[in-house]
Parts: sequence; structure tokens; C-alpha cells
Amino acid sequence: MRSPRSALALGLALPGAALLGLPLVALVWKAPWSRAVELLAEPGALTALRLSLVSSMVAAALTVVLGLPLAWVQARVAYRGSGLVRALITLPIVLPPVSGGVALLLAFGRRGLVGQWLDRGLGLGLPFTPAGVVLAQTFVALPFLVLTTEAGLRALDTRLEHAARTLGASRAEVFRRVTLPLLAPSLAAGAALSWARALGEFGATITFAGNVAGRTQTLPLAVFLALQGDPESAVVLSLVLVAVSVAVLVGLRRHWAPGLVR
Amino acid sequence: MTGPARPCRRWVTLVTAALVATGCGGQGEPGGPTRLVVFAAASLTEAFEALASDFEAAHPGVVVDLHLAGTPTLVFQLREGARAGSVAADVVATADDASMRDLVEAGMVLRPVVFARNRLAIAVPPGNPAGVGGVADLGRPGLRVALADPAVPAGRYTEEVLARAGVEVHRPSREPSVKAVATRIELGEADAGVVYVTDVRAARGRLEAVAIPGAGVVARYPIAVTAGTEQRQAAEAFVAFVRSASGQEVLAGAGFLASAGEPVPG
Repeated sequence: MRSPRSALALGLALPGAALLGLPLVALVWKAPWSRAVELLAEPGALTALRLSLVSSMVAAALTVVLGLPLAWVQARVAYRGSGLVRALITLPIVLPPVSGGVALLLAFGRRGLVGQWLDRGLGLGLPFTPAGVVLAQTFVALPFLVLTTEAGLRALDTRLEHAARTLGASRAEVFRRVTLPLLAPSLAAGAALSWARALGEFGATITFAGNVAGRTQTLPLAVFLALQGDPESAVVLSLVLVAVSVAVLVGLRRHWAPGLVR
Repeated sequence: MTGPARPCRRWVTLVTAALVATGCGGQGEPGGPTRLVVFAAASLTEAFEALASDFEAAHPGVVVDLHLAGTPTLVFQLREGARAGSVAADVVATADDASMRDLVEAGMVLRPVVFARNRLAIAVPPGNPAGVGGVADLGRPGLRVALADPAVPAGRYTEEVLARAGVEVHRPSREPSVKAVATRIELGEADAGVVYVTDVRAARGRLEAVAIPGAGVVARYPIAVTAGTEQRQAAEAFVAFVRSASGQEVLAGAGFLASAGEPVPG
């Protein structure tokens, strides 16, 4: 039997759940199911889906490569200015993604601080390329990986690492055989969250990478443009995004990321 | 504002929260200023900003809330608002006849008239570093081109121009509004793009125009009062102002061509 207290808790939790759930229900309810197959079969939709999947996976992998060292330093090294770096790490979560895209343009655009050298020196123009999409997605997704992993590192029992050291293991060995396995759930949860964020990325992508069919038009961009001409198609494409992310996140939950939903 | 608070947020937010937020400014406080919500096509941005402040100066007590977006976005938001039984705007100005005709057929606007016309031009950065000489050059491989998406009027007009010239553009970035095309070129991300003559003028030297010979006058801008407006008087005054000599002067200053005020063909 539920106690009255848990009934109260359920009642208080309901509005929050409804806020998250109702738009989803509306999307499913109002979806033009009779046209769904036809709308999905349009070549643009599948191209955008494929680009979205590939770019978000690459971006998630990049957040691990770039984010793990950052999380390590934040959790384990005491240095001046770590508070500033912490703010920097949180910034992309707070910043409107469109502003993030503008900032990326000013840094990595063809006339950007770094971008002009990349463009002129290496002929490596990022805007309008799939690499630009990955960069925009990595920028907005990195905080999720860093913050989750950093929390995992802080919660980790350092006595186990000390014990391994006293038993003669090198630092690298300790990291590989003790720290990393203990950290794996947090790391996987962070990677899953950053992947999901990358998959849904819109503002920074359209601002920085543009909207080139087959190269930078990800599914969220296709949804936005469909809204201008064919709103029904926008609904169907949105549902695809929801389905893909739910499927992957639920699939990951059991095997790789128990830390995501305990 | 005399009626109850407009419930236009209720339904529309589910679909286009970010897009519509600026369009729902109709909740005037009792005794506060009359808020006139004007939906206008993105290419009208600078001209309508000037028109709105001139109109406010001439009509104390009226505040004009401009909502500027690509024409299909405006139409979509009006339709969604209407479906929820509310009116998102008091005045609508689109960048083509077809969208306005749809609104007339849906019974959402009254008697639109054409108040301005526009032409397309190729926009390039100052000095034209890529040496774009005409439409044919837009098909040059390696040239980064930004075009308006065919969903918006400027994009459709652009497609017509390209098709007539038999030019296929290599991997263009399709922007959601003609203003976004201009921005791409201003930022130097694109080497060239197709915009309206007025967009080049609005960029004040940050863009240069390459004329498109034979493109002629393409865009026609109709304006109308919405059928469900709760402030018909102010809305009609705004439309009259846009069509007046001083309104037309502002539009001409922005580079628009005058219009005889013909009705939208049905």
C-alpha cells in the first residue's frame, strides 16, 4: 500500500510529468499517420536522418575525447581559475544555441579569429561542411559530458586508486584498470546525454554550418524548414527524432549507462 | 485593447514557441496603449521598422509590435492561431500574392492591396572578391552560394531566375529567410547569394549588388487587415499610412518600387 505521503509526492510530480509528456502526446495524436510513410520516403528526409545520426555520434565521441581530460582536471587538480573554467564549461548550456553559432562563426568562420587561418592556410573552411555540423554539435554537447563525468570522478572512492598504487601499479595502469572501470557508468551516461543533445541541435548548427542539403541539413533543420512549407512533414520528422532518441537512450540505459537512470 | 487577453499562446507554443513569442504582443493592460500587432515578411524589416516608428509618432497611444519572419512562417502562425480561435495579428504584409490569396480563401484577411514591389539582385561582399559577374557565375564550382529556401517567396523567385538562366548552383545553403542570405554574405561565409535589391540597400555598404538583367520586377507585397482584429480602426489606419505618400516615401527610400495599390488577383 502506498502511504499518504507518497500519494502527495505523486500529486506534486504530476504537473512536471504532464508538462514533459503532453507535447509528446500531442505530436503522436496529431501526426498525419496516413501520410507518414510517403513523407518519410522523401529523399531529403532520409538524407537528413543519416547525417543527423552520423554527425551526432561523431560529436558524442569527440566530447569524450575532449571532455574526459577536462573533467579530470576539474575534479582532481586544484588550480587558480578553476572557477572560471567551470563557468566556461557551463556556458553552452545557458547560452542560446544561436548565439553559440554566432560565436563559433566569429571564431571558426572564414573570417573568424582562427577560421581565417584554417581557411587560407589549410583550405579548411568549416561552415557549410559536415565538419562544421560536428563542431557546432560538440560545442553544445560538451558540457553534458564534462559535468556528468566530473561528478562521477568526485564520487569515486580514491582509496581504491591509492591501494592500487601501493600495490605497485603505475599511474597509467591505475587509470586504465581502476579509475576508468569505476568511472564507466558516469562516462557512458555523459556520452549518452551529449549524444542526445547533439542529435537535437538546431540553433548553433543552422547559424554556423548553414543549411546545405546532404551536407549540413540535419533532421532538426529539416523539421524547421518543413514547418515553412509542409507542417505535416515537420510533425512526422519530429516523431522520427523522438523515436530515435528514445530508442537509443532506453537501449543504452540497461547496458552502458545505468548512471543515467538509476 | 478592449477584448480579453489573447489566448494565442496556448496552442501555438506547442509547435513554434520560439517563433511566435514575438507575435503575441497583443495583451495590452487596461488603460495602457493600444498594441497593434503587425506581421511582415522578413524582406520588409528595415522599411517596416521605420514605418512603425513614424506611425507611432503620428498616433500617440498606439504601440506597433512588429513580427518579422519568412512569409510561410507568418501564414503558419496565423493559421495555428485561428485554429485555436484567436487572432495572432492585426495587420499582415506578405512578400507574395499566393500566400495572401491563401489567407483570403481561409477568410482570415480582408481586401488585400499591393503596396510595394521589389526586384532580385545578386549580393556579394564589398569589392566582389569572387568576381561574380552574373547569374551564370553562381553555377561556378567552388563558389559558396547562399539562397533563400524555396519555401519562402524570395526562394521561389530565385528558382525562377536560375531556371530561366539554366544555372544549377553547386550545393547552396538554403536559408529560412532572405535576410539570412544577406547575413551569410555579410559575414563572409558565402561568396554570393540572391536577395532583393532592398536587402543590399539595407546592408549599407556591407554588401554590393550585381544586377540581374531581365529579371524584371518579381516580388509584389500585399497588405491586409486581419478579419478577426479587435482594433480595426488602428489596423486600417496603419494600412492607410503604409499606402500614403509619406509611407511610400519610406518604402522608396528603402529601395522598393511603388505600386498602384492594385488588389490581389484572386
